Amino acid sequence: MISKRIIPCLDVRAGLLTKGIKFKGNVDIGDPVAAAREYYEQGADEIVFYDITASSEGRDIMIDVVKRVAETIFIPFSVGGGIRNLEDMRQVILAGAEKVSVNSAAVENPAIISEGAQAFGSQCIVLGMDVKKVAPSRKTPSGYEIVIHGGRIFTGIDALWWAKEGERLGAGEICLNSIDADGTQDGYELNLTALVSEDVSIPVIASGGAGRPEHLAAALQEGRADAALIASMVHYRTYTITQIKQYLTNQGIKTRMLW
Amino acid sequence: MIAIIDYKAGNLTSVALALQSIGEAFVITDNIAILNTAERIIFPGVGAAGEAMANLRAKGLDEWLHNWIKQGKPLLGICLGTQIILTLSEENDTNCLGLIAGTTKRFPDNLTDDRGKLKIPHMGWNNVSLLRQHPVFADIPPAAEFYFVHSYYPAPADEAVILGWTDYGIGFCSVLAQNNLVAMQFHPEKSGRYGLQILRNFCKWRPS
Repeated sequence: MISKRIIPCLDVRAGLLTKGIKFKGNVDIGDPVAAAREYYEQGADEIVFYDITASSEGRDIMIDVVKRVAETIFIPFSVGGGIRNLEDMRQVILAGAEKVSVNSAAVENPAIISEGAQAFGSQCIVLGMDVKKVAPSRKTPSGYEIVIHGGRIFTGIDALWWAKEGERLGAGEICLNSIDADGTQDGYELNLTALVSEDVSIPVIASGGAGRPEHLAAALQEGRADAALIASMVHYRTYTITQIKQYLTNQGIKTRMLW
Repeated sequence: MIAIIDYKAGNLTSVALALQSIGEAFVITDNIAILNTAERIIFPGVGAAGEAMANLRAKGLDEWLHNWIKQGKPLLGICLGTQIILTLSEENDTNCLGLIAGTTKRFPDNLTDDRGKLKIPHMGWNNVSLLRQHPVFADIPPAAEFYFVHSYYPAPADEAVILGWTDYGIGFCSVLAQNNLVAMQFHPEKSGRYGLQILRNFCKWRPS
């Protein structure tokens, strides 16, 4: 039986973690490679890197980070942020990433999904979706709308429609982030997660709002997600990934417990 | 020396880095003269069966692989490399290598387990039940899990070649083994410590 995946997300700017991550002895680690190694050893099933660098110089630094991560951990990892075309994808994949994630760029140019799937295979292409709850309307009947550029721009696109469209275009997986829940540590947006996960046939990663292990259990059971993304709750060392997995196992949720 | 066959089917970086981390010397090549000097071969691959077979045939590597197997030297298949070892793939009805008789099949739609609907691709960590001992799986605990990402799975004609079995709504053959050939649907290079252990075992394996 397949295990549910637990995936820490690391934000990187110009080659460094945007927030120091507290590790053994409460030491702040700014190095994404060291942080990735630590999470690998704690039992992370996969790691997501989100590059918030804008400059092209910063991109080169990120490629170097990807190379060093690929030499250090032997589980899949994805890179998102600033991936705008096939060449960006190629660089990240050749550097050793398993997957690339496209978000705003895919909304602005949906062909990037199909081109990426064609060139590298669907399993490489993750569609990142930032979603906000809105009043259901003719344009957004699900009551969830796609937002881009960190949630600043409403697109008028229905989230459920976009998830299906992303699948049709060849995305191999969806990373579904609720902007409303993001950063609250009050739990995932379960209604949205279940809605999308039930409606597509590709795996869905729940994202945004994780603060306690119970939140992951809810996303993986009620929310029917295939994987759960976590950030602050492990970055600030409130929990280790091992503790979270132990909790999920006790709740009867199958996760990989041997690594 | 280990040779990783480069037939333009996906990214070989991960396999190379995994070998590097366990201290094994390797070369990535499509050059038959160099491949002939190798002690053992890794045959990886990601992507579509049709394109992969076309690339192999264009370089004469299909025939070369048949000869390699006849010589009794070790071969490790990974993911797409494993699928195209069989005779036929349902992926666009592609004729494949036929190193082992059988068909690579697509997972049926509407797969379920007791938790509900299952997604395709089968993407993530899953167990492998070994049907017998094999040197390449030495020191692998039964609860170990491996990273899978695929929509098709190998279905060999002769059940005797099935070494590992995995459950994803249906049971499927996740590891094949016959004489000097061992081939797995999952990615040992992305399966953490136990995946690296499999690569280490393969690098020491002397098929009898």
